[in-house]
Amino acid sequence: MIGGLFVYNHKGEVLISRVYRDDIGRNAVDAFRVNVIHARQQVRSPVTNIAHTSFFHIKRSNIWICAAAKKNVNAALVFQFLYKMVEVMGNYFGKINEDNIKNNFVLIYELLDEIMDYGYPQNTDTGILKTYITQQGIKSQTKEETTKITNQVTGQIAWRREGIKYRRNELFLDVIESVNLLMSPQGQVLSAHVSGRVQMKSFLSGMPECKFGINDKIVVDSKRQEPGATSGGGNLGGGGKAGHIAIDDCQFHQCVKLSKFDTEHAISFIPPDGEFELMRYRTTKDISLPFRVIPLVREIGRTKMEVKVVVKSNFKPSLLAQKVEVRIPTPLNTSGVQVICMKGKARYKASDNAIVWKIKRMGGMKEWQLSAEIDMLSATDKAKKWTRPPISMNFEVPFAPSGFKVRYLKVFESKLNYSDHDVIKWVRYIGKSGLYETRC
Amino acid sequence: SPKMQGVAASVSESLGNIRPWLQKVTTQAKTTDSKYFTTTRKGEIFELKAELNSERKDKRKEAVKKVIASMTVGKDVSTLFPDVVNCMQADNLELKKLVYLYLMNYAKTQPDKAIMAVNTFVRDCEDPNPLIRALAVRTIGCIRVDEITAYLCDPLRKCLKDEDPYVRKTAAVCVAKLHDIDPLLVEEQGFLDALKELLADSNPMVVANAVAAITEISDSAQTDTAADMLCWSGQLINKLLTALNECTEWGQVFILDAVANYTPTENNEAQNMIERVSPRLAHANAAVVLSAVKVIMKLLEMLDPNSDFVVSTIKKLSAPLVTLLSSEPEIQYVALRNINLIVQKRPDILKQELKVFFVKYNDPIYVKLEKLDILIRLTSAANIANVLAELKEYATEVDVDFVRKAVRAIGRCAIKVESAAERCVSTLLDLIQTKVNYVVQEAIVVIKDIFRKYPNKYESVIGTLCENLDTLDEPEARASMIWIIGEYAERIDNADELLESFLEGFADEQTAVQLQLLTSVVKLFLKRPTDTQELVQQALSLATQEADNPDLRDRGYIYWRLLSTDPAAAKQVVLAEKPLISEETDLLEPNLLDELICHIGSLASVYHKPPAAFVDGRGGGQVAKATKGLPSRLAAEAGGAAAAAAGAGGGDFGAGTGAPGRPAVSVIPTQESLIGDLLDIDMSGGATAAAAMAAASASTNQQPVDLLGEGLDSLLGGPAPSATSPVPPSGASAAAGGSGADSLADIFGGLGGGVGGGLGGGGGFDPPMETWLPAQKGKGLQIEGRFLRRGPQLSMELRLRNNAMQQLNGFAVQFNKNSFGLAPAQPLAMNPLAPQQSVTTLLPLNTKGPVQKMDPLLTLQVAVKNNIDIFYFACLIPMYALFTEEGDMDKRVFLSTWKDIPPENETQFNLGSYAHDADTASTMLRSFNVFTIAKRSVESTDMLYQCVKLTNGILVLAELKIVPQTNAYTLSLKSRHVEIYPGVHEAYLAVLKG
Repeated sequence: MIGGLFVYNHKGEVLISRVYRDDIGRNAVDAFRVNVIHARQQVRSPVTNIAHTSFFHIKRSNIWICAAAKKNVNAALVFQFLYKMVEVMGNYFGKINEDNIKNNFVLIYELLDEIMDYGYPQNTDTGILKTYITQQGIKSQTKEETTKITNQVTGQIAWRREGIKYRRNELFLDVIESVNLLMSPQGQVLSAHVSGRVQMKSFLSGMPECKFGINDKIVVDSKRQEPGATSGGGNLGGGGKAGHIAIDDCQFHQCVKLSKFDTEHAISFIPPDGEFELMRYRTTKDISLPFRVIPLVREIGRTKMEVKVVVKSNFKPSLLAQKVEVRIPTPLNTSGVQVICMKGKARYKASDNAIVWKIKRMGGMKEWQLSAEIDMLSATDKAKKWTRPPISMNFEVPFAPSGFKVRYLKVFESKLNYSDHDVIKWVRYIGKSGLYETRC
Repeated sequence: SPKMQGVAASVSESLGNIRPWLQKVTTQAKTTDSKYFTTTRKGEIFELKAELNSERKDKRKEAVKKVIASMTVGKDVSTLFPDVVNCMQADNLELKKLVYLYLMNYAKTQPDKAIMAVNTFVRDCEDPNPLIRALAVRTIGCIRVDEITAYLCDPLRKCLKDEDPYVRKTAAVCVAKLHDIDPLLVEEQGFLDALKELLADSNPMVVANAVAAITEISDSAQTDTAADMLCWSGQLINKLLTALNECTEWGQVFILDAVANYTPTENNEAQNMIERVSPRLAHANAAVVLSAVKVIMKLLEMLDPNSDFVVSTIKKLSAPLVTLLSSEPEIQYVALRNINLIVQKRPDILKQELKVFFVKYNDPIYVKLEKLDILIRLTSAANIANVLAELKEYATEVDVDFVRKAVRAIGRCAIKVESAAERCVSTLLDLIQTKVNYVVQEAIVVIKDIFRKYPNKYESVIGTLCENLDTLDEPEARASMIWIIGEYAERIDNADELLESFLEGFADEQTAVQLQLLTSVVKLFLKRPTDTQELVQQALSLATQEADNPDLRDRGYIYWRLLSTDPAAAKQVVLAEKPLISEETDLLEPNLLDELICHIGSLASVYHKPPAAFVDGRGGGQVAKATKGLPSRLAAEAGGAAAAAAGAGGGDFGAGTGAPGRPAVSVIPTQESLIGDLLDIDMSGGATAAAAMAAASASTNQQPVDLLGEGLDSLLGGPAPSATSPVPPSGASAAAGGSGADSLADIFGGLGGGVGGGLGGGGGFDPPMETWLPAQKGKGLQIEGRFLRRGPQLSMELRLRNNAMQQLNGFAVQFNKNSFGLAPAQPLAMNPLAPQQSVTTLLPLNTKGPVQKMDPLLTLQVAVKNNIDIFYFACLIPMYALFTEEGDMDKRVFLSTWKDIPPENETQFNLGSYAHDADTASTMLRSFNVFTIAKRSVESTDMLYQCVKLTNGILVLAELKIVPQTNAYTLSLKSRHVEIYPGVHEAYLAVLKG
């Protein structure tokens, strides 16, 4: 398992060094600095083996976070743990940067002592950790209190403490999807997928049991078969009459009972208190792409280029897209750009080598155009060939491009006297751009 | 140490830079800790000492923080040991933790002083607060001082039975810590049993940590007792799988990794385990998903590959693997490295998911490179258009490594998908036109392979390649170009000039280029002997007299010798037809692949290396050192060869024929070993040619050893007793034995194999003659005949008898269109036949005639003409006559071919019983060009994996099962063309009956 964890600043100075195993020595700290952080070449792999020691690293802004191991460790687990460690630190003191790490180093050591033992990850749930790692000292706690803590840390429902009470039982569901697209210049979809997540914020009393219903074909089909309804209802055909979607794959927060999902296709769980990611899913079929970009690039000689870009919005006219941004890459030797656009603001950003076209709001079924003339310096063309990077887009739309729908979320808490009807529920859909690119 | 001081100095220097800012912060915020990083003054240790002994609690706490900060940046604060330990008894938990942190770091350097801390530890282990008890037991295990370890046992024993689960889960890990320090102590004190008891604990986290500890201990177990004690039972696995549902994500990983080490004893159990593990595929934690995939992949090996259950399970694996690719890039990387393995093992899993491996512009380079690898693996005729369009796009990117790989990938596509070869070649030519140096070189390297795969098809591009000669500066590209020039010397007018220009800088070239240059010059000479004599002499003398490299010198001498004694033989050796190269690239060895499948998710799967290759030996236990392997299908299930060949058999293949450790030449090697391969190309070509030649000379009763007889001795200026002595290996593996490391031996090996094969070919039995045309139908002409194969030559032996009253003359023979395109290679040479005279003649055949599928398949309609009339008769070609000498193939090619052929094509035949054992049978079949590729024994049942290549290129793979007691032979055939099974079956029967 993991032998040691190190945190470095961008210069390679050690901010945190926690060694868990005897096989990792102080020289390992230097080995990583010398061979990876100070290496001349760009990093070619997140895993590096130096003298029989493997180093796993991730970067957050300027900070290198590195795990070292001598044995044949579970690599996926190591990275997942590093992400988790960053998340926990973020939950405690905000952004991961050198100042915050230095300012909280005692806390970090305390956390590292708790979330990992002898290189094995232990309980890493911030909600639970916050109950006993407070930097306040807990000697004063009573026996009952500490027992409660230890039971929570090690318990079956390690993500929720008992005895939570709210005057108003309320929950929020956000369905957040990012649409990913790669389109050829001719408008052929090379690949498209939606990765969505359901973010839940719950303020519920007691230990409520929740049941979550969605319009996934499999889930809906299995439900339909139960009462023996006429077959053929869950037919293929995408958004058929009932609007079922085909989810390729989904993953759940550890609170969801996976075996139940596997056998009954029911999503049931006792939620953590506050905000968490309930599920993640991925679809590839019948995605309604909110935007289409039509590029037209014409090179006029060696020093001039003409670019025309049309953006079409492809959703109900009553809906409004926000934060629409189109990035049109320009050659490295661009000397000047003249841009004209019908709507929004477009500007050439030399530092990004791109024309950035921003449109605050755009209704559905609209078609707007931008044209630009790009002047280039000549002579350098031989030295570096410019390969046209794709045109990328950012946006936010108030619907789920995959067609994902929340059908219900029922709350049962038998011990306390509130019922499903008393819970106030909010659902919101947001479609965002992931990597939304059109080659030109 | 001076090194430490250096580090400290550099750290303090850089910390100095942030000091002004820090001072500002400290005045602003009370709670910030960063000020502790600022202690860089002289005499600070002294000051710290004073502060640590201060009366005031808060001062002491501040001081300890400063000490820890210094420790973090690498300063030596060990001299403060007694002072820090003094703070240990503090009732402040935060302070206690810091002191413990310090102790863990320095106890080893100050063992005598560390003893002072023992009492506090022991007391803390009994503290009413479980958090403190756990902290104490957690820390004490990390203090690796013998004196302390002895004190640890009692508190640990108590903690393992503590009422609080938090303490128990910490104690469980502590047993693993203690085992690492003193394994025997752990055994003596009975901690292993205590640990095992924890597996039944009511608390899931205690169970998970106990599992982790046990797995670690059994991995490094020093004694058998420890290993045995920790052996998992089916019952226990069952319990763990139940606990899985309640564990944290990490606990689930520990359990799944432990479960992966267990091999069930029954099929039902395996199936049941898969069912219980597969819900984990929907977990949000990638480590849980990959560990579940590992367990499932391993268990699938045990089940019938054609069962619905296996098919549906395989289907289930695909989506979660694809989902991993939308995680963070580092996880994507781990996932891609694993997918690479999984796709090699079970190509069906991600067949439909090609597009997710398309490279995104912003993917980190390590993700891009891995995706490209998998993209090529998934390429097929069905999706080649998409792939090629993508690759073209990638070839214009910026990253050099990536572009190179993309260019190479285009070439691989050409080799893999014949229908797309032309498009790929033209894409490569387009890329060459860009004149980007590394693109051109990469393209040339890969075009060389395309030439080998499709000989005489794309040579028109040679002109374009030659234009770029001057820009090639990488050895691999130069060597490839030189190979092309030599190989096609007859089509390149100025080949001699080109090679001469390379020869000028001979001494500066790398070995691979030198070797290639030598060979190519010899090739050129053999093709155009008149005007290149000077050149070849120059090359040979450079190689033999001026080079230091022994390989180069040896090769030079061999060529020299060959050319001077027997130019015809030289031609056969050097210009021999080359074996085809395989379509799949960079495939892992099947047994390595199997081992890596057992390590899915771990570092081994990321490096694609077995753990032993990157883990220090120190940690490895003596008992559990055996490498992991996939389980094989259970005996009761042995329905066919599929499982054996596809999976479990992989490991045995290597041992089966005792083939040389190096991979055979016919697989395109990885990038790194390509240079080595160039070394091999001609040697192996030579070997097969030598084999063919030897076979030919053997059949004409000449001594094949002549070739390397006393002439060599004189050339080398001394006796060379070893030259003729090597015992030829059995013919089966000789041709594939080419290894660049010892090329001289190879040639002999190849020769020896050829001799064996050739003689064997002559010694086979000949079938009796059959009457094909009775005299009454032939107006007095009676024809009997049979088919014979002598070496590579297929012939029809005819005995013509004149039963008529007059002389018969003007004989001619013609074949109707037939299934295999058999046709007379020359006209029938027959003298006039007097009455009552009979003559036997041999009619050589080739397979260049028109093809038409006949029914029955092997029917051959023959027309014989003489001065009387034209007669027609039909005969059956025995299938074995169509077995060519090219049936031998590499084990891995065999394996992948076997897997490629759909299982429904497999048919089984009972051949009855024969007295021969497996080796005899193999030898007998070998003489009919049935090549035994591998042999293995399962519970004393011998399995021969054999391959036959028909004259029209159809491959038939066979598994011959021989049960020794009953001597019952069972034959399973697999080919894309099931029509030929009856014929092959017949052929086996005929051969085995002798």
